[in-house]
Amino acid sequence: MANSEQEHAHIGYGGYTLIWLGLLALTALTVTAAGVNLGNVAVAVTILIATVKSYLVATIFMHLKIESRLFRVVVYAAIFFIVVSIILLFSDYTFLRE
Amino acid sequence: MDATTHTNGSYLSKTGGKGGIRSWIFSTDHKRIGLLYFASLAVFFSVGVVFGLLMRLELIAPGPTITDAQTYNSFFTVHGVIMIFLFVVPGLPAIFGNFFLPLMIGAKDVAFPRLNLLSWWLYLAGGLIALASVVMPGGAADTGWTFYIPYSVRSNTNVIPALIAAFILGFSSILTGVNFITTVHRMRAPGQTFFKMPLFVWALYSTGWIQLLATPIIGITLVMVGVERLLSVGIFDPSLGGDPVLYQHLFWIYSHPAVYIMILPAMGVISEVIPVFARRTIFGYNFIAYSSLAIAIFGSLVWAHHMFTAGMSGVAAIAFSAFTFLVAIPSAVKVFNWVATLYKGSITLEPPMLFALGFIFHFLIGGFTGLVQGALSVNLHIHDTYFIVGHFHYVMFGGMGFGFLAATHFWFPKMFGKMYNHKRAAVGFWTLVVGFNTLYFPMFVMGWLGMPRRYYDYLPEFHTYHFISTVGSWIVALALLIILVNLILGLAKGERVREKNPWGGETLEWRADTPPIHENWEEIPVVTGGPYDYKRNDENESTT
Repeated sequence: MANSEQEHAHIGYGGYTLIWLGLLALTALTVTAAGVNLGNVAVAVTILIATVKSYLVATIFMHLKIESRLFRVVVYAAIFFIVVSIILLFSDYTFLRE
Repeated sequence: MDATTHTNGSYLSKTGGKGGIRSWIFSTDHKRIGLLYFASLAVFFSVGVVFGLLMRLELIAPGPTITDAQTYNSFFTVHGVIMIFLFVVPGLPAIFGNFFLPLMIGAKDVAFPRLNLLSWWLYLAGGLIALASVVMPGGAADTGWTFYIPYSVRSNTNVIPALIAAFILGFSSILTGVNFITTVHRMRAPGQTFFKMPLFVWALYSTGWIQLLATPIIGITLVMVGVERLLSVGIFDPSLGGDPVLYQHLFWIYSHPAVYIMILPAMGVISEVIPVFARRTIFGYNFIAYSSLAIAIFGSLVWAHHMFTAGMSGVAAIAFSAFTFLVAIPSAVKVFNWVATLYKGSITLEPPMLFALGFIFHFLIGGFTGLVQGALSVNLHIHDTYFIVGHFHYVMFGGMGFGFLAATHFWFPKMFGKMYNHKRAAVGFWTLVVGFNTLYFPMFVMGWLGMPRRYYDYLPEFHTYHFISTVGSWIVALALLIILVNLILGLAKGERVREKNPWGGETLEWRADTPPIHENWEEIPVVTGGPYDYKRNDENESTT
């Protein structure tokens, strides 16, 4: 863990503030996008922005970028599980509507 | 083999400077926490049994017998909620996982002892809220343990307290899972690689992952039901614009993997007991270890087989049915390996072995009837009938229940340094087998003939089956009483066990003192061989 602590120091408060401002900007973008009629792609745009935000939070704030492989594997497992669940769930909904 | 002089006393006498009950409820010793769980689970289990008996008594004859329909609905709901969330899900990991995981991997405790104690406190809080919901004004929840929509948003009973209880219990489960995964990764004794771990540890490890990944989904789903009830936000209730089938999806995304949280640790116990009493190295160690992981992974992909009749697309139904058949393979791998371990073994039918064999017998029936339901066409016929109730109890009680009793009888001498009466244990076992099959087997028959589950009343043609089943419930109660009294007598005035290894096991916990000392080891053991090297270590054999 000592290594991660040291690397963590390299990011610095400036970096964190920048990321935070970035997250705020993306939130503003989400709100703006909700006000524009994007039709079918509205949900896709929102999910895309949310994905970028989650990526930033997970890699920078949660230190996944600098953690050991084991930690990343744990998170990948969780993401894999949720992606598979959503795919299977929507396999029902998509075909049900036809 | 002999006890050596230790500076550290038995964990039973090490109070940590606290007196009386405080030395237990504030202890961070994994063994004491295991026993805390044991005591609390025993209480909740007894309540669950009483509700089960009342339910069966109501059904002894058609028409009203001992209570009205509304109360009957509460009976089966409370029975389900208590048995599932308070006994079957936490059962083996919380008691035997806590007690034996560190011992089996040569660690002094789990990775996060204080978090471990918090898990128990959360468990207790959740359990007490669940019990309170039964007696609070408004009446016990009547939705069934699945809290299906629209019952759960429209019922006037105490659904919210029951949901809060389940939510808190979920947290307890997640924390235990995190703790065990971390412990397995970080705290194994020198030389104990992943493939030298005992199979019970593998089972706990796989279970930990399911607890960690699946439990949050039920947590958030139950919160959504609460929000819907309190704020009338349309999520699941169709009258508010919600989708009730979505609720079923979310509920079963957790609750099907949860079935594997319940059964995997029991399978782990069987993998420990069989080699000890057959005096044989376990057959196909790697396959059993991998099959635990395979069950954890495939078990997460089969949830919608609970919903084939709920309005589902053909494509999804076929996919889920196929996955359901797939998950049977790793379960069968385990059964084949246990049977192969028995082949040419020097089998002794000590009480733990009896319960382990009972597990295999009943789990086979439960497993095969599960495949029957997994077939789409048959499922339409038997959905929501007593066939399902029969199957579920064969897997849960016949599987987890017998596994639990096998574990109790197997590790009892190590935990308490006392031995119970073997003859009485065997009588308890055989009474339980007779009662169990009398209670649950008629359910397959009447379910097949069309008796719906959860009904307060029924047609006269089902009377005989219900009557036999109710008589079976009394035999089961008697058997549980015999087993319980035998264990309590064993604890109070049973023969003292000082020997480290009364059954002649090969896994690490048998190298610790009986009962284990505080922090388990004077010196952390070094692992050189596999966990089941019976041939190489034959000189270690000793029996009581």
